[in-house]
Amino acid sequence: MERNGTAVSLRGVTKSYGSGSSRVHALRGVDLDVRLGELLMLVGPSGCGKTTLISVAAAILDHDEGEITVFDRVLKSMSQVEKTRFRGTNIGFVFQAYNLIPTLTVAENVAVPLLIVGNRRRAALSRAKEILEAVGLGDKLGALPSALSGGQQQRVAIARALVNDPRLIVCDEPTSALDADTGRLVMDVLRRSALSENRALIIVTHDNRIFSFADRIARMDDGRIILVEPQVATS
Amino acid sequence: MYFIALKMLVGDRGKYLGLVMGLTFAALLITQQSSIFTGLMTRTYSFINDLSQPDIWVMDPKVQFIDDVKPLQDTELLRVRGVTGVEWAVPLYKGLLKARLEDGNFQIVNVLGLDDSTLIGGPPVMIRGRLSDLRTQDAIIVNDVGASTRLAKKPLEPGGKPIPLDVGDVVEINDRRAVVVGICRVSRTFQSQPVIYTTYNRATTFAPRERKLLSFILVKGGAGLDPKELARRIAQNTGLAAYTAQEFKNLTFDFYMKSTGIPINFGIAVMLGFLIGTAIAGQTFYNFTLENLRYFGTLKAMGTTNALLLRMIVLQALVVGIQGFGLGIGGAALFGYLMRGTQLAFRLVPEILILAGGAIAVIVVFSAVISIRKVMKLEPAIVFKM
Repeated sequence: MERNGTAVSLRGVTKSYGSGSSRVHALRGVDLDVRLGELLMLVGPSGCGKTTLISVAAAILDHDEGEITVFDRVLKSMSQVEKTRFRGTNIGFVFQAYNLIPTLTVAENVAVPLLIVGNRRRAALSRAKEILEAVGLGDKLGALPSALSGGQQQRVAIARALVNDPRLIVCDEPTSALDADTGRLVMDVLRRSALSENRALIIVTHDNRIFSFADRIARMDDGRIILVEPQVATS
Repeated sequence: MYFIALKMLVGDRGKYLGLVMGLTFAALLITQQSSIFTGLMTRTYSFINDLSQPDIWVMDPKVQFIDDVKPLQDTELLRVRGVTGVEWAVPLYKGLLKARLEDGNFQIVNVLGLDDSTLIGGPPVMIRGRLSDLRTQDAIIVNDVGASTRLAKKPLEPGGKPIPLDVGDVVEINDRRAVVVGICRVSRTFQSQPVIYTTYNRATTFAPRERKLLSFILVKGGAGLDPKELARRIAQNTGLAAYTAQEFKNLTFDFYMKSTGIPINFGIAVMLGFLIGTAIAGQTFYNFTLENLRYFGTLKAMGTTNALLLRMIVLQALVVGIQGFGLGIGGAALFGYLMRGTQLAFRLVPEILILAGGAIAVIVVFSAVISIRKVMKLEPAIVFKM
């Protein structure tokens, strides 16, 4: 178990893009802890640094200063290859646009993370089938993503994020392309299937309809965390 | 992950077929043009190929290729025969002469005069008549292509098919009567004139009066004697040029390579095939990668290393490369098969397959490299912005 039950710890994290007069400070000294077993939502206006924050926390973007610890591993001390392998076994991703490979079937898409870490194809597809049944898509194994609705595609993306049992799942606007009912369904699946005492979820969202699914909500503005509060009632 | 790479490749049928077709076209053009070039160049020395008996060709030192005849004095034959190691040496006349056809038209023909007693140097295949029939009065043997095309007789009715020259027909060569006693088959020559065989002495009567008429001396060396060594000895003793058959072929080949526009013309066509193939395949493969960049980024974010992505892209490139190469050379081979027996020179040799394979490999590597660079540089965080 990680120190104090903390999955992700950020201390004084900064990140900027560009140089000189065109330099943009996306993160200006962020301090944040994400605990195991919690669903943390990151909210704030566009351009406030939410996506940059989950990118650095998920080790897909290098930060400039400060320290990020993910499951007791200090990201700055890891090489790019180590980070890549670390992501493969510890972090799941859910994207706004699903990012399902259109030429692969639903089951093959879900099996991809297992294939990346070296599982055999048959075993990976078998595990993908299990997880797809868990998210209610057991009858869509051989379908192509284009044959599914937006909500179904996002559930496939969630299944893909869960398939290799990662300890951290980061989601970028998982419901923004969905209607209210489908968004709630997707969040229900995420909360029910993904959340466990050994796993943490970070969700970036603008969608206040889903705030009720969060354990805590971190509000960001201008590259800083301005408030971390327990779940608040939705409007 | 390799099956993922393959499914990504073949899943977009349009792009996949575009890639394979681009490479097929390149392989086809490179193979086909190279084969025609090789066929043409082979024709430049086909006459040497047809004469398999002599080991060595002796000629004037200034001769540059088989059709560049610089006659010798007849006495040179005796000098060559006198060189130690020469088993036999026979004269050969080779010259372009005017033949007058039955309808009064003239046609340039390639006349070959063979040694009267041995008839060494005769056609490789007789279709009608026998080689020994050349010993009859005014006898000539005509090649089948010449007999049925340029030397053919007028059709019996207007618009009809010309009638091939046949045994018993009479033509005039340089105002001398010549009777066809046989029809033969020879390899097609570069200049494509009708080929007429006769005896050496008769050929000299057909030829315009000149002080020297001996074109070549054909030599056979004694058993166990290295032809190259004997050729050097003949050259040393006589002051003439003496080449083995292979050396004479090389001399002829080199002349056409260096002194004609053939290599440049075909080189341009081959290069064009290479460039078009590179452009089509390179651009299509690059576009394919660009359109899949989001998915490559997703794979990277999910833990795929650059090394694995590199292997996936190389596999995709290899698959389309092998398919394009196979289809291209298959198409070229089919083209050659369908064109067999026509005037088209087509010779597909293993070296051309290696050339085409190498060119396709270069195209594929180039296409893969420009795509790989894009994927290697891809920041996985980009997937949150796509």
